[in-house]
Amino acid sequence: MDEIIKAPPLSRRRLLGALVATGAAAAVGPRISAAQPDAIITRPIPSTDEKLPAVGLGSWITFNVGYDDVARASCAEVMRDFFEAGGRLIDSSPMYGSSQATIGYGLYTLGKPPALFSADKVWTSPGSRGPPQIEVSRKQWNVPRFDLLQVHNLLAWKEHLPTLFAMKASGQLRYVGITTSEGRRHRDFEQIMRTQPLDFVQVSYNVLDREAEARILPLAQERGMAVIINRPFRQGALIDRVARHPLPSWAGEIGCVSWAQLLLKFIIAHPAVTCAIPATTRPAHARENVGAARGPLPDKVMRQRIESLVEQL
Amino acid sequence: MSEWWTYRPSSFLLFSARTYYRLFELYNAEIWPWQVLALLVGVAILVLLRKPGTWQGRTISALLAASWLWVAWAYLYSRYASINWMATYFAAAFALEALLLIVLGVGHGLVWRPPAAWISRAGIGLATFAVALQPLIGPLVGRSWSQVEVFAVAPDPTVVGTLGVLVLASGWPKWLLLPIPILWCLVSGATAWVMQSPDAALMPAAAALVIVAGGGSVLSRMAPARDASGTPALD
Repeated sequence: MDEIIKAPPLSRRRLLGALVATGAAAAVGPRISAAQPDAIITRPIPSTDEKLPAVGLGSWITFNVGYDDVARASCAEVMRDFFEAGGRLIDSSPMYGSSQATIGYGLYTLGKPPALFSADKVWTSPGSRGPPQIEVSRKQWNVPRFDLLQVHNLLAWKEHLPTLFAMKASGQLRYVGITTSEGRRHRDFEQIMRTQPLDFVQVSYNVLDREAEARILPLAQERGMAVIINRPFRQGALIDRVARHPLPSWAGEIGCVSWAQLLLKFIIAHPAVTCAIPATTRPAHARENVGAARGPLPDKVMRQRIESLVEQL
Repeated sequence: MSEWWTYRPSSFLLFSARTYYRLFELYNAEIWPWQVLALLVGVAILVLLRKPGTWQGRTISALLAASWLWVAWAYLYSRYASINWMATYFAAAFALEALLLIVLGVGHGLVWRPPAAWISRAGIGLATFAVALQPLIGPLVGRSWSQVEVFAVAPDPTVVGTLGVLVLASGWPKWLLLPIPILWCLVSGATAWVMQSPDAALMPAAAALVIVAGGGSVLSRMAPARDASGTPALD
């Protein structure tokens, strides 16, 4: 399922990353799937076969900085490093305070990067408020149209989905999806997945919260839907939990230089997952997160090893 | 919102503690030197509380109403709402409290007659704490002086100061003025708790003290007054 695309010309930082990946690949055992160094792992969106890098950028909490010019500039730096590292998908929601405006500011500052895959949500009730909310969001992002719009937490989904499908049919939107988080309403979620021609679904999934593995992820594969993973770090709590422990030496076998990369590789190694969307306030972390979509991914045995380790910590 | 019971307080936290307190820093910088005037308003209320009569009560109510209205507009609506969509509703609640203070405090008039000495001390103590000490809490727990929260400028000390005044008041109007400040104490406490702020217990503790004082006030008025020998007084 993984696809490899060529990366931009080497900078010093990229060269160092490539060297690390090369070194890691040399040490890799036979159970690690091979990947070319200096290439980013992409996954196809099943409905179109368009390729997306397997790590995106979330904006919940981290990009909600109001009118703070210093913080907005810092968020723009995060976006710059994210794009430079090879990332594409940025996800937000009208629920996230000023996050959409912050993204719009960052895109303007960066000269509207052509790589952007814009993923936003509609989050309002009743459904008649959806179109004006989408228009406000679009203006805040300052994009001609969204690539993906999702019904946030299934709020008024019966009313919003026809609107989104109509937008897609008229060319105002490329993809339609639904979201949930922290395991809520999975039964309803499944029902909608079974009955609606969705392009994307977004759920919470990480090394400790694996409820989606049982039904949602297999169903997405069966129905040909792309899957975005939110809360990959449990809002940072997972990183806090493991950070005081040393990274296991075997993490180097899959090219991980940090816990964040190990946790992300665990997620994107699941064959149903299209893209994980960690959020961060630090440019270096954005680069490091996208780095998880480079090099080898853990196989089934190593994923179980990661599960066991993190559960013990 | 469906399955509301599955949500935790952290589910509603849309911003980081850094952003939240940075908002006070920017707010303070933008409105400087109005904090000095706000401090004078607080001191004036404390002075007026020393000998509360009818006109003093109306003046205190008017000053509090102005403070609530300022916080509603300048902080909650104009600034906090930029990172928290619920702040628009908080601003409406603060404006409603300002209106109630004008109607019930300035118009109808509050009566200042605490039924017991400890209740009086609790009220004076809360009001003094809000004006003089609460702004120091942030720096004491490690936040910057530039992020200081001042009475009549920031919501928390404004609410605590108002609660102190209301503890001293008697009569039915005070019961209509208490719900919004007490609810804010819970909202603010929950926000600080989710942000893991070390002073998260402060606002709920203030609300608890006011509820205890309110209960004590009711009981004191229900019990027949007794003289020193324990004999019920006949007045």
